[in-house]
Amino acid sequence: MNIVVCVKYVPDATADPRFESDNTVDRVGVDGLLSELDEYAVEQALQLKEGTEEEVTVTALTVGPEKAADAVRKALQMGADQGVHVQDDAIAGSDAIATSLVLAKAVEKIGSVDVVLCGMASTDGAMSVVPAMLAERLNLPQVTLGSRIERKENQLAVQRDGDTATEVIIGAMPLVASVTDQSGEARYPSFKGIMAAKKKPLETYSLGDLGVDAGEVGLSVAWSSVAETTARPPRTAGEIVKDEDGSGATALVGYLASKKFI
Amino acid sequence: MSEVLVLVDHVDGAVKKPTYELLAIAKRLGSPSAVFIGGADKAAGAAADLAKFGAEKVYAIDDAEVKGFLVAPKAEALQQVAQAASPAAILIVSTAEGKEIAGRLAIKLGSGLITDAVDVDADGTTTQSVFAGSYTVKAKVTTGTPIITVKPNSAAAEEGAGAGAVEQFAVTISDAAKAARIVASNPRAASGRPELSEAAIVVSGGRGTGGDFTAVEGLADALGAAVGASRAAVDSGWKPHNLQIGQTGKVVSPQLYVAAGISGAIQHRAGMQTSKTIIAVNKDEEAPIFELVDFGVVGDLHSVLPAVTAEVEKRK
Ligand SMILES: Cc1cc2nc3c(=O)[nH]c(=O)nc-3n(C[C@H](O)[C@H](O)[C@H](O)COP(=O)(O)OP(=O)(O)OC[C@H]3O[C@@H](n4cnc5c(N)ncnc54)[C@H](O)[C@@H]3O)c2cc1C
Ligand SMILES: Nc1ncnc2c1ncn2[C@@H]1O[C@H](COP(=O)(O)O)[C@@H](O)[C@H]1O
Repeated sequence: MNIVVCVKYVPDATADPRFESDNTVDRVGVDGLLSELDEYAVEQALQLKEGTEEEVTVTALTVGPEKAADAVRKALQMGADQGVHVQDDAIAGSDAIATSLVLAKAVEKIGSVDVVLCGMASTDGAMSVVPAMLAERLNLPQVTLGSRIERKENQLAVQRDGDTATEVIIGAMPLVASVTDQSGEARYPSFKGIMAAKKKPLETYSLGDLGVDAGEVGLSVAWSSVAETTARPPRTAGEIVKDEDGSGATALVGYLASKKFI
Repeated sequence: MSEVLVLVDHVDGAVKKPTYELLAIAKRLGSPSAVFIGGADKAAGAAADLAKFGAEKVYAIDDAEVKGFLVAPKAEALQQVAQAASPAAILIVSTAEGKEIAGRLAIKLGSGLITDAVDVDADGTTTQSVFAGSYTVKAKVTTGTPIITVKPNSAAAEEGAGAGAVEQFAVTISDAAKAARIVASNPRAASGRPELSEAAIVVSGGRGTGGDFTAVEGLADALGAAVGASRAAVDSGWKPHNLQIGQTGKVVSPQLYVAAGISGAIQHRAGMQTSKTIIAVNKDEEAPIFELVDFGVVGDLHSVLPAVTAEVEKRK
């Protein structure tokens, strides 16, 4: 069985993310890392591998700038077998539509893939659309946003906790799946894993290798454009009171009344 | 005037409030047409409600071939309506499912997609709030039919009768779209409280509740509010995941957000930072949540909240 895990390199959320002058997210000037939400996908890929006698290859796939290889390396340290990094200057500024195109072509090039596993959202863009777009492009079933994932012979079943119901969705492989942060704690790389990762293959593809025309991706052909980005003005400091013998409640009630909430 | 398609979000024919908000936005862009995918017996009732909130036209699509499958058939159905109607824009509520439908539809139609808009102007310019609410972004779709997913509470629903002309619309769903099957569905028991993403007031509890949500729920009920929770409270099993506020839970933007026993981690802020008024009750005066608040009480939530609740009840 072949599993491809899509891992994204994102700006560290605890550092201050910012925009470049062309309104794209600054992905070079700030520290980045493997999106935490994609660690859950790597974990589930490894568990699928560990849960069977079959030969399973887990390939970590990223699309991003040079430093994005770090995201793949982290996945290799966690236990993925090999890595693929699609890197091409023309990709900079791509939207989800173009990103899903490049990911889909890369999945096709990797070949005979049974499961494409994604995180629930990237921690920077947080659109949660790439897995659905990938399924659409690859014409595969999607079993997405699983809080639990289970293999049943040639099928995968996920539990999806929706707004009005918890559902079980099942699809036959090959398919696209995504998992949430409820799917189970992701493992830390062990020392052995970190050493082993250094010897694992990590291939770099250009757009040419994938047969994607540079004119199909990047900021200039994005199907939507950003006109302006404004930093939110800092909230003006609020009033803070210390509760002493019920004074806090009285003050809070006064505030609620002054704002007409009661 | 061009039609603007609004995909109706409903449970068994009962239309949810955010759909009405989308109809109000659609009116700014063109002539609102609602797309109802549901039971054939439910369409007439829903159409009457949709007309009341401005739908000029209602496409009724029988869901016999759609229900029981995930996302893909709905995207196909919408694609077929879009091809017939050549709309000026397509609006979908920003739920997990709504965004996935929008994503697939964007690829099918070759159209640009903007997700999680909090406002849409008459010229199609959208406003989004990104990076945990620390930036505001104005954007516009430049290719194809703009597909925009809009968050609940982004506009006021407007009563104002539309013609509500119902058109039965037959769709053909491919076998490929039926490849992901829903094999079990456990409806969530109704809490009797407002739904989180639609509520005007949200009262949330975190690890500081110690697992006892009585004080949080008491205040919520006195204020007619929805109840939310931090991930710490959800991970501890005190509240179900559908009540989680934050990056990996719900993003809410109510008139009033009350955080009780919540420290204010960045991932939690991502879900509530755009609330109009923020109040926190926390024992620790150093808690980062106090950086966001309009009003804060340093104190024990188990004594402060019940006292507030009692006073609110008294004033009613
Ligand atoms: C990938 C990822 C995604 C995440 N997504 C989310 C998310 O969607 N939502 C979310 O909330 N978190 C999320 N988190 C977790 C987040 O980082 C925090 O761990 C979490 O928000 C902490 O919850 P808390 O504030 O309830 O708990 P704590 O941080 O432990 O804070 C508890 C607070 O309660 C106060 N307190 C204790 N007792 C009392 C009392 N009696 N009265 C008043 N105050 C009291 C304490 O002073 C403290 O400030 C995510 C983390 C990661 C890594
Ligand atoms: N540039 C990328 N490289 C690899 N995987 C990606 C990339 N962008 C998105 N993904 C995958 O798609 C998921 C959802 O991303 P998004 O739709 O951007 O929120 C992520 O959790 C990743 O698994």
